Parts: sequence; C-alpha cells; structure tokens
Amino acid sequence: MKEKEAVKCSKLFITFLKIGAFTFGGGYAMIPLIRAEVVEKNEWLSNEDIVDIIAVAESTPGPLAINSATFVGCQTAGAKGAAVSTIGVVLPSFLIILILAHFLRQFEELKVIQYAFWGIRIGVLTLIINALLSMAKECPRNIVSYAIVGLAFTLVAIFGVNVIIVLILCALIGIAASKLKFEKTGELGK
Amino acid sequence: MIYFTLFWTFFKIGAFTFGGGYAMLPLIEEEVMGHGWMSMEELVNFIAVSESTPGPFAVNISTYVGTETAGVLGAFCASLGVVLPSFVIIMIVAKCFLAFKKNKLVQYGLSGLRPAVVGLIAAAVISVGKTAFFPEGYSNAVFSTLKFVLGVALFASMIIASRKKYHPISIIIISAAVGVGAGYLGLLG
Repeated sequence: MKEKEAVKCSKLFITFLKIGAFTFGGGYAMIPLIRAEVVEKNEWLSNEDIVDIIAVAESTPGPLAINSATFVGCQTAGAKGAAVSTIGVVLPSFLIILILAHFLRQFEELKVIQYAFWGIRIGVLTLIINALLSMAKECPRNIVSYAIVGLAFTLVAIFGVNVIIVLILCALIGIAASKLKFEKTGELGK
Repeated sequence: MIYFTLFWTFFKIGAFTFGGGYAMLPLIEEEVMGHGWMSMEELVNFIAVSESTPGPFAVNISTYVGTETAGVLGAFCASLGVVLPSFVIIMIVAKCFLAFKKNKLVQYGLSGLRPAVVGLIAAAVISVGKTAFFPEGYSNAVFSTLKFVLGVALFASMIIASRKKYHPISIIIISAAVGVGAGYLGLLG
C-alpha cells in the first residue's frame, strides 16, 4: 500500500510537470490535457470529476492550473498527492521565468525589441478585450449583476479603490441581493 | 524583510484572484507598481512574455518580480505566496466537496464576484490601453501622429484576428512583426 502511494505520487508529479510545461496562456487550455492524462491514461478520476474540478476551480480564488492540480492530487493520493501535483505544475514556469529574467532586461534595451514591444502592447490589449468579451458572455443577465460590473469598473478604473475591498464589497452585494430575491421568490437566484 | 514583503504581496494576489488571468491585473498593477517593482509598460510587456511561455500568469509574474527584486530566494518566496492560498483552500474544499457545492453563501457570494471580475477586466483594458496608445500621457497632439494611426490600424486588425480565434501567441508574433517592420521603416518616430 505504501509502495503504491509512492508510485502514484511520482506519476502525479510527472503528469503535472508535463501539464505545466505545455500549457500556454494558462487556464482552460489545460483542461483537455488534464482529461487526457488523468481520466483516459491513468484512470485516476472520471469525466464527471473533471466537471467538478472546473466548478471548484472557478469558485475558489487562485489560478485554475494550481487549483486543479491541487484538487486532482488530493482526490487521487491525499495531501502528499496534492503537494507533488502542485509543485509539478508550478516548476516549469518557475524555472523558465527564472532563466528568462536574466535576459529580459538586457533585451529591452535593444531597438528591435522596443519596436516589437510597441506592437506587442497593442496585441496584448486585444487579448484582454477578447477575455473581457468572453467573460461578459458568461455573466448572469440581470440588473444587479450589470450594476456590479459598473460599480467594480468605476471604483477601480476611475476612483482607484483598493481591488481587494472592491471584491469583498461585490461579494457582499451578491449575498444581500440573492438573499432578498430568495425571500421574495423562494428560489435560488441565478 | 524584502522576502516577507514579496511573500505577503503575492499571497494577497493569490488569495483574491477570481476568474483567473486578466481579472487579477488591476490588483497586480496596484501592488507591483505601488512597491515600485515594475512600471505599467514593463507589466504589459511581461503579459506578452507570459503568454508566450508555459504556465499560469500568476506564477510567471511572481517568479519574475521575485527574482528581479531579490534573486532566486525572492522568486521562491513570491511564488510560494501566490500558490499557498489556492493550495490551502482547495485542500479544505476537497475534503468537504459536497457541502461546499451546496453551500448557499458561497453561491450567493459568487453571484456578486462573477460580474465584479468583468468590471475588473474592463478596468484592465483602460490601463493597458493607456499604456499601448498614450505611454507619455494623454494629449491631443498624440492623435495626429503617424504612430497613433498605425497603432489604431494594428489594433483593429488584431481585434478581427482574435475574434477569428487566432491563437494568442500568433497575435503576439504578428503584432511584434508589425512593430519591428514599422520601427525600421522609421514610422514610429
């Protein structure tokens, strides 16, 4: 039994090392990879579990990659599994950026890189707008949530209010609004 | 105590990142610029670096800021900080998953956090937009420069490209190529 756990843990580590090394742009791009490795190849979890993982990762703070690595590791091999999976998924980015950081500042001095970054900053802007559009699509369609979008934007972009305070405030508004709705209609507000 | 400052700063960022990726930009902006660790321009440049290297943005930026500020140990402290909140929270949630799934307070809170994330990304669009188009500050003179007109043209074409589901790395490579081309033709002033 002990032996088996060690094998499982080293397999988890290698699996998430691969996932960490080959997921660009992070987030949802890694879900198909997790499914292939964890469900199909190793049969640690079922497809249904993957849906649960996405639900949990979305409703808890932190990057999706880390949340799902911890969750899969924990469900597969307990706390040890969670630890090795999380270290595995983080290690590639950590090492790559550590090496890259040494060159980045020198690169930024070069004319060609400065020209490239002028274009890249505009490219990055379009990527963020794209993320905004797809997040907006998933946002609940009711007056309260529209008001929260406006409020969060105004407080952060215009008044420069601390982001953490804004998030706590919005969560409280969500709780208050859902409670009121629940009392009125007797069903869970969506 | 730079190590603790790094750890604590990225711990906060890890603990208050919802919706992943770009939603955390305003918070990172606030913390990283507040400490004078990076300028807004460097931050936007780094988003491109992070998109072109594997791994989550949170880990990439914490490693980068950590190593730039206090070497390898700094990188370790910052990354540990950004990972720890998720790790601890998920360990707790995994133990009582069904209770968590059915918890009304969590559902209610999330109904407020989801739209908040949209508002935060919109705020990030404004500050990244300012950095992309008005790096030297906002003025009417900027609008009549060739650089600005070129920028708008590039922006419009990349919006179309990203709606056509071009991969983010392709968008970055094309934008970089246009920048290099325009720069060497002397169009960027």
